[in-house]
Amino acid sequence: MSQVDLRGGTGTARIPPVAPTVAADLPAVAERMLPGGLRVLVVRRASVPLVEVRLRIPFTGRGAAHQARAELLAETLFTGTQSRDRVELATAVQALGGALSTGVDADRLAVVGSALATNLVPLLDLIAEVLTGAVYPSSEFSGERERVVEEVTIARSQPAVIAREGLLRRLYGDHPYGSDTPAPDVVATVTEAEVRALHAERVSPTGAILTLVGDVDPRAALDQVEAAFGGWAGTRADPTPPLPALVHGPVMIIDRPGAVQTNIRIGGPAVDRHDPAYAAQRLASTVFGGYFSSRLVSNIREDKGYTYSPRSSVDYPVAGARFTVTADVATDVTAPALLEIFYELGRMAVLPVAADELDAARQYAVGTLALSTATAVGLASTLSALAGAGIGVEYLRDHPVALEGVTPEDVLAVSARVLAPAKLVTVLVGDAEKISAAVSGLTELVTADR
Amino acid sequence: MPTVPPRTETNTIAVSLPAPSYPVEKTSLANGLRVVLAPDHTAPVVAVAVHYDVGFRSEPEGRTGFAHLFEHLMFQGSENVGKAEHPKYVQAAGGMFNGSTHPDHTDYYELLPSGALERALFLEADRMRAPRITRENLDNQIAVVQEEIRVNVMNRPYGGFPWITLPPVAFDTFPNTHNGYGDFHELQAASLDDAEDFFDKYYAPGNAVLTVVGDFDTENALRMIDRYFAGIPPRPVPVRPSFAEPVRTEDRRAVLTDPLAPRPALAVGYRVPDPTADLPAFLAYDVLTHVLSAGDASRLERRLVQKDRSVISVSTYLGTFGDPFDQRDPLLLTFEACHPAESSSAAILTAVDEELDRITADGLEPGELARVQARIVSGLLREADDALGRALGMAAFELHRGRPELINELPGLVGAVTSDGVRAAAAALRAQGRSVLELRAGAAS
Repeated sequence: MSQVDLRGGTGTARIPPVAPTVAADLPAVAERMLPGGLRVLVVRRASVPLVEVRLRIPFTGRGAAHQARAELLAETLFTGTQSRDRVELATAVQALGGALSTGVDADRLAVVGSALATNLVPLLDLIAEVLTGAVYPSSEFSGERERVVEEVTIARSQPAVIAREGLLRRLYGDHPYGSDTPAPDVVATVTEAEVRALHAERVSPTGAILTLVGDVDPRAALDQVEAAFGGWAGTRADPTPPLPALVHGPVMIIDRPGAVQTNIRIGGPAVDRHDPAYAAQRLASTVFGGYFSSRLVSNIREDKGYTYSPRSSVDYPVAGARFTVTADVATDVTAPALLEIFYELGRMAVLPVAADELDAARQYAVGTLALSTATAVGLASTLSALAGAGIGVEYLRDHPVALEGVTPEDVLAVSARVLAPAKLVTVLVGDAEKISAAVSGLTELVTADR
Repeated sequence: MPTVPPRTETNTIAVSLPAPSYPVEKTSLANGLRVVLAPDHTAPVVAVAVHYDVGFRSEPEGRTGFAHLFEHLMFQGSENVGKAEHPKYVQAAGGMFNGSTHPDHTDYYELLPSGALERALFLEADRMRAPRITRENLDNQIAVVQEEIRVNVMNRPYGGFPWITLPPVAFDTFPNTHNGYGDFHELQAASLDDAEDFFDKYYAPGNAVLTVVGDFDTENALRMIDRYFAGIPPRPVPVRPSFAEPVRTEDRRAVLTDPLAPRPALAVGYRVPDPTADLPAFLAYDVLTHVLSAGDASRLERRLVQKDRSVISVSTYLGTFGDPFDQRDPLLLTFEACHPAESSSAAILTAVDEELDRITADGLEPGELARVQARIVSGLLREADDALGRALGMAAFELHRGRPELINELPGLVGAVTSDGVRAAAAALRAQGRSVLELRAGAAS
């Protein structure tokens, strides 16, 4: 006889209430616009003796060739300057207790890193040296190009990447947002001259934002940034072109014969951060699929066991926001899972949410905003992303207030605009032969080649 | 913060590496539950973690995957908490939660606004005392875990490589070789009796550590901990078996074909010293992994990526999931690389051997040790800035060594690793038999 009984228990103990948490003080942001156009934000956060660095440079361009060049630029930016080669640059960064990485998407080129706070000046000098003097040495470039070709080939074999690419293409067509992962055959054609030209044209301080958070004196840090980046000049990038209107149409299957799961991706346009419905949209997505306590998780995971990690999210690229639903489900329950997802989306669009449901989502949104800014890493990333959208630190104070004011009617109204199934498009990556018959009983269907 | 000067080689400028000084308090309850408290008021957040000293190495034969399945079951309700209500109570308090199953422990944690501390303690205590698991919930979570395995292993290229596929090459005994995600048939065979036995044996309060980190008052927290946890009856604590296996002197090789992989890959496992028995010796291997593969200035990046152009990516790390400090003996230092079809695994292995020999023969370059130490230490500080990261780190140190304050001492210990220590580590890798796993690309284009 066991000493414990897992099947017993219908306890009635009171769940402890949550005591009010005094919000953290709004971080004091020291700010300066440098003559070259670089906007600099500095926050002192002395919890660790480090400094976090986030640089974002507008980097929109059109076409697959730009995308491939931008990818190679990001991968080879730190492979050499007039005075230091790749290993010397990496050695110097490491000696500062530092690490730097680069990334690029359809909106911006990012340089992200950290170092011991006492090494801020040499870190800034090194970044400035690369931004103003990267040479893309031939000895590194062709090898890196071949490596990136292989890397994107591997990335594009991942079902999650196939599905993301499929949805982005379906939503945005040939717009720069239509792909996130460059095509290997296009990467293979990029020359170092093209990358050098792209650097000269686009690695520019105009419109760029540098965010520093750490154990630094903000006034001194602004002067140090100005001293390091004073020689950086350039022209303004073209704005991201406007998004194409969404073309509604049948559910698209991208065939992946033998797949044991179907990657369901549903997406459509969302309201942006400046829209009066922004806070309501945040809560609508949360109630629907934005956290574990959501309707989507309760239904297709905790009730039916179709999937492990279903979710919804709203992304805010510069040219327009996007609502996305993601679920990877067992092949044989593809149609039933789709039915339940459409049902839950439709329910959001035509019926009001319950008051307690809305309040739970609200508390979660307010609480996790505080959690995300509790570390230097989190605060730097949050402030940098907000600044990229033209939003200041006051968001940390004002957004919780906006969330407090959202009513069930607001959530219904924004859901009818954004979450309604008729406003969304659907891509399925899976074994077409096994899923087509059942899915075609629910909706119109078209099969695309990969 | 106090600073600890690292030992540096000659010809290098000594730099002072910072170390944190988080206050750490320890106590234990009469039922055996160990409690670690680390108050810190820099942000209004609190992390709560409960670590049970059982991982997938301890699950019974015929029940592979059970430790992980049981982790899922711990979210299905308890005496005063209904199915799926645990996540709701945490999230409606503005918090986040998760659980994870490791070779040697299983953890459950929350990060919340500090006003939600009492609720988190209540929820953890309720399921430590009496989880409520029904046949329906068990069947539901078996299905969910199968989807987790499909998404992370079966439906993707390189799924489970090498964390599932290398251990059977590197080890011989069931605890060390079996798949911690589990076999589908064995998962489906799991019964309520299995759950009851597993909980009874391994989830005793005396087999657990409760860690609370962040913005709270110690006296108040201790009162709440006493209120919710002290009433959980004590149960016998299982004696943890040794999972030790001898270090082989002969190489062992295996080949698998991944039908979804577009490019081949290679993993090599090496045995490292018992981290609990000899932490300084173990830390030399941690430094070695950074010397080998952290950043563009590392030995293998330079050799394999930049010079030979024989790999697409390379990494080396300690522990099954890359955390050097959350696993007991035996564990591996793993080399992992993805490579073009044109480069042979034999050539890559030879190059790795040569680089290890070079470190053994010549030691490190001037400044190399100091810069690697600086980077490791700033990485440790960065992880510990997050209350949850700090809680998980301290809990593992308490679980394995009874020394949560190692979170403060670790930077100094990393700074004390010598060039000779790193040389000895490289030599030890060369002196043993390697466990080599080649992944063939079944979807090469």
